[in-house]
Amino acid sequence: MQPFIYQAPTSVGEAVALLADPACRARPFAGGTDLLVQMRRGLFAPEMLVDVKRIPELNRIDFDLVEGLTIGAAVPCAWLCDHPAVRQHYAGLIDAVSIIGGTAIQWRATLGGNLCNAAPSGDSIPALIVLGATAMLAGPHGARTVPVADFCIAPGKTVLRPGELLISLHVPSPATRTGARYLRFIPRGEMDIAVAGAGAWLALSNDHATITDARIALSAVAPTPLWVKAAGEALIGKPPTAEAFVEAAKIAQEAARPISDVRGTAAQRRHLVGVLTRRALRGALQRAKGEACHD
Amino acid sequence: MTSKTLVSATINGEPVEFLCEPHQSLLECLRNVLGLTGTKEGCNDGNCGACSVLLDGQLVNSCLVLGVEIEGRAVTTVEGLADWRGLHPIQQAFLEADGFQCGFCTPGILIATKALLDRKPNPTEAEIRTWLSGNLCRCTGYDKIVRAVQAAARHLNVAGQEVNE
Ligand SMILES: Cc1cc2nc3c(=O)[nH]c(=O)nc-3n(C[C@H](O)[C@H](O)[C@H](O)COP(=O)(O)OP(=O)(O)OC[C@H]3O[C@@H](n4cnc5c(N)ncnc54)[C@H](O)[C@@H]3O)c2cc1C
Ligand code: FES
Ligand code: FES
Repeated sequence: MQPFIYQAPTSVGEAVALLADPACRARPFAGGTDLLVQMRRGLFAPEMLVDVKRIPELNRIDFDLVEGLTIGAAVPCAWLCDHPAVRQHYAGLIDAVSIIGGTAIQWRATLGGNLCNAAPSGDSIPALIVLGATAMLAGPHGARTVPVADFCIAPGKTVLRPGELLISLHVPSPATRTGARYLRFIPRGEMDIAVAGAGAWLALSNDHATITDARIALSAVAPTPLWVKAAGEALIGKPPTAEAFVEAAKIAQEAARPISDVRGTAAQRRHLVGVLTRRALRGALQRAKGEACHD
Repeated sequence: MTSKTLVSATINGEPVEFLCEPHQSLLECLRNVLGLTGTKEGCNDGNCGACSVLLDGQLVNSCLVLGVEIEGRAVTTVEGLADWRGLHPIQQAFLEADGFQCGFCTPGILIATKALLDRKPNPTEAEIRTWLSGNLCRCTGYDKIVRAVQAAARHLNVAGQEVNE
């Protein structure tokens, strides 16, 4: 690895000043589980790493039934998996963060790093998209918010401007009769990158007979995590039946733009999108009804 | 060249100060600066678990931690398991249950097992296998490792009861 300067600021202001300084090519450093690996492969040679793990705003989880959930960008996956309210109210997010790496990776890999790395296969990203999450950013020209669905623009590329830092992710409060599920396919049981993944979120009417809102998002089948708006919209107003789920899964399959690579072929990925979308919808439905999800 | 940084930390219960460069991983610092070569380097990219250590009690891959990050923190390596009484019960269990062959993965697996049993004294077989999914072993086929972890859990639970009585 190329030498660099290490800084561990304790405030957002200091971090942004370091990142925005044109005299030094600096990069945010969270768990390092993507960044250090990429630097060793020679993909980047930043002159400075700005460790974001000592900035209080980036290292806290706030939950409130009215305000919803705010997760600091530097919160590692293991904290979310151990957080009782997150487990109780955001099972669809736990599905995703609990499968990122193995135990040791879990204590380092952050939600912010997963999003900012912008891998098409980033497991948390479809889960955040279907939950309607927004990203809070701070930069040299002030703060702004961006929907997670618009955050990734190409493999490894995001809407972050020079000097901008992801502060936190906000997930809306968990409404009653809603449920979410994220699933991926990998050849091993753990510790692998998704061949394909699907997240689903559903809202039901009072009598559980009609879908009132739905969102579906996919991983590893396009240059970025993909929100398939049309697949969710096709479910609105319909009863939550297997037939309706088959229809939505077909739309998701058509929207996918998979490639063939070492992990799988385009045809296999498109097939997986169908299977995973149907299963994710079934799981989201069970959770929306307050049932346990076993699939 | 960047200058060296002085890092003060606690390693295996002892206060330690050392000089390192920011790009040196904790793994490099342990092995090459501090001479603690029990922690092994396999892949150097987070996949094999040979470099597992505890950082403030949590399991991490030391190849993906920077040495400068441990300022003010506590690290436990395989060298910190045994004490004046002899081997740690986890080490003893691995010895008795043939939980290793070449031994290269063993320091990482012992540390990962300690992290598991500290958190969950009676894990199921499935929990043991999932927990150790980040620790690769090219020799044993894993079954003997799982048996060793189960034996270690039994020994530690019996020892714990004796202390309480
Ligand atoms: C063995 C192994 C297994 C893995 N398994 C999975 C898996 O199953 N699923 C999966 O999705 N990923 C997986 N990953 C990838 C990685 O662990 C995740 O993407 C992780 O969430 C990245 O978080 P981090 O904190 O380590 O990010 P870092 O490596 O620290 O940073 C990643 C990128 O984000 C930028 N960044 C970080 N924080 C901020 C911020 N606050 N603001 C702006 N930019 C920021 C960095 O500059 C860098 O470009 C795996 C990695 C390894 C090594
Ligand atoms: S050497 Fe660190 S995980 Fe392989
Ligand atoms: S005993 Fe040889 S790698 Fe595990």
